[in-house]
Amino acid sequence: MDRMEIARRGEDAAAAFLERIGMTIEARNWRSASGELDIVARDGDALVFVEVKTRRSERAGTAEEAVSPAKQRRIVRLARAYLSSDAAEHDGHVRFDVVAIRVIADDRALLRHYRAAFEATP
Amino acid sequence: MTQAVVASSTIVGVDAVAVEVQVDVSTGLPAFSIVGLGDTAVLEARDRVRAALRACGFDFPSARVTVNLAPAPIRKHGTGFDLPIALGILAATGQVPRGAADAVAVGELALNGGVRPVPGLLAHAIAADRRGLPLLLSEDALSTVSAVAGVSARPLKTLSTLRAGLPDPRRADTRDANRGTDGPDLAEVHGQPAAKRALEIAAAGGLGVLFVGPPGAGKTMLARRLPGILPPLTAAEAIESAVVHSVAGLDVESLLAGERPFRAPHHTASTAGLVGGGSPPRPGEASLAHNGVLFLDEVPQFSPAALQALRQPLEDGYLTLVRAEGRVRYPARFALVAAMNPCPCGFLGDLVRPCTCPPAAIDRYRTRIGGPLMDRIDMTLRVDRIDPGCLLRQTQDEPSRSVRERVCAARERGRHRECGAPVGAGAALLRACALDAVARRAVERAARVHRLSGRGVTRLLRVARTIADLADAVRVTEEHVLEASCYRAFS
Repeated sequence: MDRMEIARRGEDAAAAFLERIGMTIEARNWRSASGELDIVARDGDALVFVEVKTRRSERAGTAEEAVSPAKQRRIVRLARAYLSSDAAEHDGHVRFDVVAIRVIADDRALLRHYRAAFEATP
Repeated sequence: MTQAVVASSTIVGVDAVAVEVQVDVSTGLPAFSIVGLGDTAVLEARDRVRAALRACGFDFPSARVTVNLAPAPIRKHGTGFDLPIALGILAATGQVPRGAADAVAVGELALNGGVRPVPGLLAHAIAADRRGLPLLLSEDALSTVSAVAGVSARPLKTLSTLRAGLPDPRRADTRDANRGTDGPDLAEVHGQPAAKRALEIAAAGGLGVLFVGPPGAGKTMLARRLPGILPPLTAAEAIESAVVHSVAGLDVESLLAGERPFRAPHHTASTAGLVGGGSPPRPGEASLAHNGVLFLDEVPQFSPAALQALRQPLEDGYLTLVRAEGRVRYPARFALVAAMNPCPCGFLGDLVRPCTCPPAAIDRYRTRIGGPLMDRIDMTLRVDRIDPGCLLRQTQDEPSRSVRERVCAARERGRHRECGAPVGAGAALLRACALDAVARRAVERAARVHRLSGRGVTRLLRVARTIADLADAVRVTEEHVLEASCYRAFS
């Protein structure tokens, strides 16, 4: 399995998990010039931007650590772009979640969901 | 979407200035920002408030939270805005009952939601009282703010308490009335009758004293006992002094009990340390000694700049610091007691040990106390080491309490005569002294012998008038003048 494959399967797992806890997936891999949003979902009346990080080992640090302040800023920038694009018609609450997945075996993984993991604070 | 406003205040000088904490919770990208010229401690409130709200089981809104501290031009310092910001968020998101925010809130939050006191609560309490609002604060500071008679204090231990609305007003138990009797007692100083007498005169007349003597003579011991023979602080004075200490983050209990402050800054004190300064500005030692005693041990060792800076408080009784962000004013009316060695080695004039200083060094040493300070020293007196026999003898020296009674009586007489002002200068002073011909001749003789300037004569008369007051004499006689001229031994 190459890295792309790992990431894709991680995002599938995350999306399945989010639907199971009652969220509706609105978009996957929404792209703009500056990058990509993994999952955009709806939780009640809030729009949730979910960053998914999958790791096979923690040699390079945990999945959570990979969502650095720089990465957060990039996601916030993308979220702004999403909100102002045609895809979204939303003026309610917005949230940023992180789903961290640690692969243990081919068919086993640990998933952690961080609600409101970060904010758009400058 | 939703907004809330909570009253608070920030310290400028020794006053608490009203600040309105406006909280706006609206949709949009989640963010938590604080605007309105806060310092780092104010901006760090974000992390404390967030953790404290969650720890107490409240929701931290996943929304755009904007906090504005108005009026924006005043620079805001410290952690006291944690509580009003948290309360504002709770009120804006409807997590506390209506009316829970109808108070001046000042307090720091611990991460577990505990409310902690901040410096200057006494000033905040006075300001809240003036605004006619209750004061929401940490329970730990209740006894302090209860000294402000009018304020309705609403103490709280943790943020969770707010779920039931604004806490009920409470007062600390009234403190007992043993006003100012705990300090060191004059009876503990053996011998030194002349120095004790000088202290008594200084206390009665509000005069500045300089003790000159070798190390170990008891200069410091004597100075420490001056607060104990001054009349206890009046309620108003106690609050004045306590506010300064409160702003500086120091304990105020002894002041509120009527004990006069005694400050003895080390001679390495910086100008800012002595008269106040820094950023944010803090009161200096001179202000902490307000209504009490400022003791400068080893005066010649103080930096000349720091001593020069004492000029304004010595003349006006307050200090003004001018900063880019505005001017602050600190009260600083204190009794000055200074001490120094007669020469750098300390033994000039000692009966046993010889002095080893070259004469030039002695001159240099003495001229280090600048003019403005010397001008304010009304009495100079030599204090020598006492005979060991006297030290070991079991004698009963007079306790501070009875000295204080005489001091209070003398001050009462002075007040009677002067209608308020302690001892004036110029014509008023001459009139007050009512010298007869003999006494006048004594003054002239003293002026010639000690080569007194005009100001020197005024000081001599002032001391003489105080001595007469202590003796309950209407006129200043030759005897009083002669005693007064003894306190001009040096200078």
